[in-house]
Amino acid sequence: MITLKVNGQDRQVDVDPATPLLWVLRDTIGLTGTKYGCGIAACGACTVHMDGQPTRSCSVTVGDVGAASITTIEAIESKAAKAVQTAWQKLDVVQCGYCQSGQIMAATALLESNPKPTQEDVEAAMTNICRCATYQRIKTAVNEAARIMEG
Amino acid sequence: MLIRKNDALPINTVTPSRRGFLKAGVVAGAGLVIGWHLPSGRITSAQAAEAGSPFEGYIRISPENKVTVLAAHLDMGQGIYTGTATLVAEELEADWSQMEVEGGYGNPKLYGNLAFGGKFQGTGGSTATMSSFDRYRRAGATARVMLVSAAAKQWNVPAGEIAVSKGVVSHSSGKKATFGELAEAAAKETPPADVTLKDAGAWTLIGNADLRRLDSPAKTTGQQTFTLDVKLPGMLYAVVQRPPLFGGKVKSFDATAAKQVKGVVDVVEIPRGVAVVADSTWNAMAGRKALKVEWDDSAAEKRGTPELMAEYKKLAAGKEAAVARNDGDAAAAMKSAAKVISAEFEFPYLAHAAMEPLDAVARKDGDNIEIWGGHQMPDLYQGIAAGIAETTPDKIVLHVMMTGGSFGRRAVGDGDVIAEAVSTAKAIGWKAPVKVVWTREDDMTGGRYRPMYFHKMQAGIDGAGKLVAWQHRIVGQSIMSDGPFAGFIQNGVDPTSVEGASTLPYAVPNIHVDLVTTKVGVPVLWWRSVGSTHTAYSTEVLIDEVAQAAGQDPIAFRLAMLGDKPRHKAVLEKVKEASGWGQAMEKGKGRGVAVAESFGSYVAQVVDVSVNNGAIKVERVICAVDCGTAVNPDVIKAQMEGGIGYGLSAILKGEITLKDGLVEQTNFDGYEVLHLDEMPEVEVHILPSKEGPTGVGEPGVPPIGPAVANAVFAATGKRIRLLPMSKFDWKSA
Ligand code: FES
Ligand code: FES
Repeated sequence: MITLKVNGQDRQVDVDPATPLLWVLRDTIGLTGTKYGCGIAACGACTVHMDGQPTRSCSVTVGDVGAASITTIEAIESKAAKAVQTAWQKLDVVQCGYCQSGQIMAATALLESNPKPTQEDVEAAMTNICRCATYQRIKTAVNEAARIMEG
Repeated sequence: MLIRKNDALPINTVTPSRRGFLKAGVVAGAGLVIGWHLPSGRITSAQAAEAGSPFEGYIRISPENKVTVLAAHLDMGQGIYTGTATLVAEELEADWSQMEVEGGYGNPKLYGNLAFGGKFQGTGGSTATMSSFDRYRRAGATARVMLVSAAAKQWNVPAGEIAVSKGVVSHSSGKKATFGELAEAAAKETPPADVTLKDAGAWTLIGNADLRRLDSPAKTTGQQTFTLDVKLPGMLYAVVQRPPLFGGKVKSFDATAAKQVKGVVDVVEIPRGVAVVADSTWNAMAGRKALKVEWDDSAAEKRGTPELMAEYKKLAAGKEAAVARNDGDAAAAMKSAAKVISAEFEFPYLAHAAMEPLDAVARKDGDNIEIWGGHQMPDLYQGIAAGIAETTPDKIVLHVMMTGGSFGRRAVGDGDVIAEAVSTAKAIGWKAPVKVVWTREDDMTGGRYRPMYFHKMQAGIDGAGKLVAWQHRIVGQSIMSDGPFAGFIQNGVDPTSVEGASTLPYAVPNIHVDLVTTKVGVPVLWWRSVGSTHTAYSTEVLIDEVAQAAGQDPIAFRLAMLGDKPRHKAVLEKVKEASGWGQAMEKGKGRGVAVAESFGSYVAQVVDVSVNNGAIKVERVICAVDCGTAVNPDVIKAQMEGGIGYGLSAILKGEITLKDGLVEQTNFDGYEVLHLDEMPEVEVHILPSKEGPTGVGEPGVPPIGPAVANAVFAATGKRIRLLPMSKFDWKSA
């Protein structure tokens, strides 16, 4: 048994410690908002927060998570998270939406640590793949979220 | 991606007649359904047909006042659920907040794609809005009339005195009811013989750029359920080991080690490979790693892409080709031309690489087989599944899932992942629901690519700088040649191989377009904008070169040759004006243009690039689109932005290569795609139009490649004729 701290709760999971966090979140715990896109840390669809840091959960084993606190898209509720979701909805960023949990987790982590990112900051932080190419709206929405946070 | 209004194709566009609509309703007992009050859950049309239930069709209204539209088309991100709801809500006078959408299926009479002749249901060819436009407005209007007559009876007032607005039915006496309150009574009303649709001037939702997508909230909170997220009681997870070479077969396999992997439940052979079934996705993948399969590669494709391209070049020089278009005498005119420009183009295989890898869930429930998936061609998949399960298509219950991209990949004649899910569930004796997941590696190496093509072209100019002769030969595989679409091939020409080339819009007196169809074992498929992915590139790059040779401005030259093509001209004029065309550019920067019609829509783009030591940066794209009536303007803009990004990804760096028959790119580390920092600023202009709506999912793609190439030429003097551009050899070119 491995104990994980997910969305503020302790979860006991009976899996091989080499299992990627992504699949434990999805198949074992049932939190399917976090998506699988590549399994090799290349796309960001699986992004969660580990102690507040954006982390590609396909490439972290549950054995390595330790006592870190995991937050998934289902439970983000910081000011930045709310602003990001509001901006995303206002600008209708999503198309298929499959990458968007990861995009929102990446954007939220960015704004939590850097509430006024420059264009370069946004480009450096938002490296998740969107095959629908919603990138232009993502850029605009991150700026809009930063504006919303200013109040 | 498939078929559209085009006289080159043997299909007719059917306009849904009022009669047809009502007849369908009466005959099927389901043309219009309101008053959904079955105890729980959804009913499938397969079940409905059996029980003679009327509760299936286009619209359900729940007592809780939710209006659920059953859409004929799959939403894979293009926004057709929002579009279909817009059409219904406009005529129903519903409130936008009460609208919901689900995928309908199982009745081609109701859901058949009118662009395909109305006989089968399918999403593709950017036809969904066109096919839905009258059908769903009429459904909304019919439901509104029935709600009003029910209210008139209950309140004992003339129907003519009743108003409907924002989901509320009201009378001047102060009487009021919601749709939900009237739904049951309304369902008993006789559908009106005819309905009058609103004039465009009265629309409040159609054409409203402020309307938001219905799926934004779920997709921004992790609540949207995709096929990958389906979880059923007792469900098992499977991955399939498929032959590494296309055309390979299982000779034998040894599952001893795989079965020892924790969580592995079964290892079974299915027609497409060996399925490893486990209690979780990860355990299934781990089990597959331990599986040993011996393959029979005797009939497999073992050639690599370099050899194939060399063969294509030889074929291009040969005599044998099927004629796709022949105007005048291009060969003779070429001989007497003052100047001849020759050009050869190479296009690689491309993977769709939709963000959600292929997946499907199948289970047996009594006599029915249920399948959750991205059902892009529902009745075809019902037939395939019924064949595997040895039952009849009406016993195949589909759950049409919101889908994480497709770009054509989920419209496949053999139903690949759907077939695998059903085969696997059957192979384990239907003992549990099974979810089959393709890993990204499976998806990337599993075939069904945009075919590789070689184009050989010549353009002849007379002494006055007029384009007088055009010869265009295309060499490559046919998409439609095997499977259910083979009937579309006529005189040896697969229309999807030549569209955009055979339909060259320019007034050239002598045109010859022909096709050499190659036989290669690599499975191919339609890929967002299909033939126009390569034909728009070669034709628009060569036209640019001709303009340059004639010493003319690229836009002026095109406009002069588009005499009878007002819609092409209008989008070109728009981008010319909006882009500041003609301004001097800084050194190292260039501006290029391209225009293309695809799927009945017209798109022109002007692109600004900078080129630095061979690195191409696309800085800005000005895009104009004429897609007829703009139902959801913001969704149209999003589709143009997305089409541009998707096209850029491919032309800048996309390629699938094979070595000795094996695919060399296995994931996003080898098959590179566009990232946020490479996305240009995109500005979209929608031309006002009173024409019927046409496609937007694909038409944004074709012009971007040639517009970039033409901009690169303006910046550097180099013509890029080999894709992807990352392979361009700047030194020797
Ligand atoms: S699934 Fe983890 S980065 Fe792609
Ligand atoms: S919205 Fe479809 S992949 Fe990003």
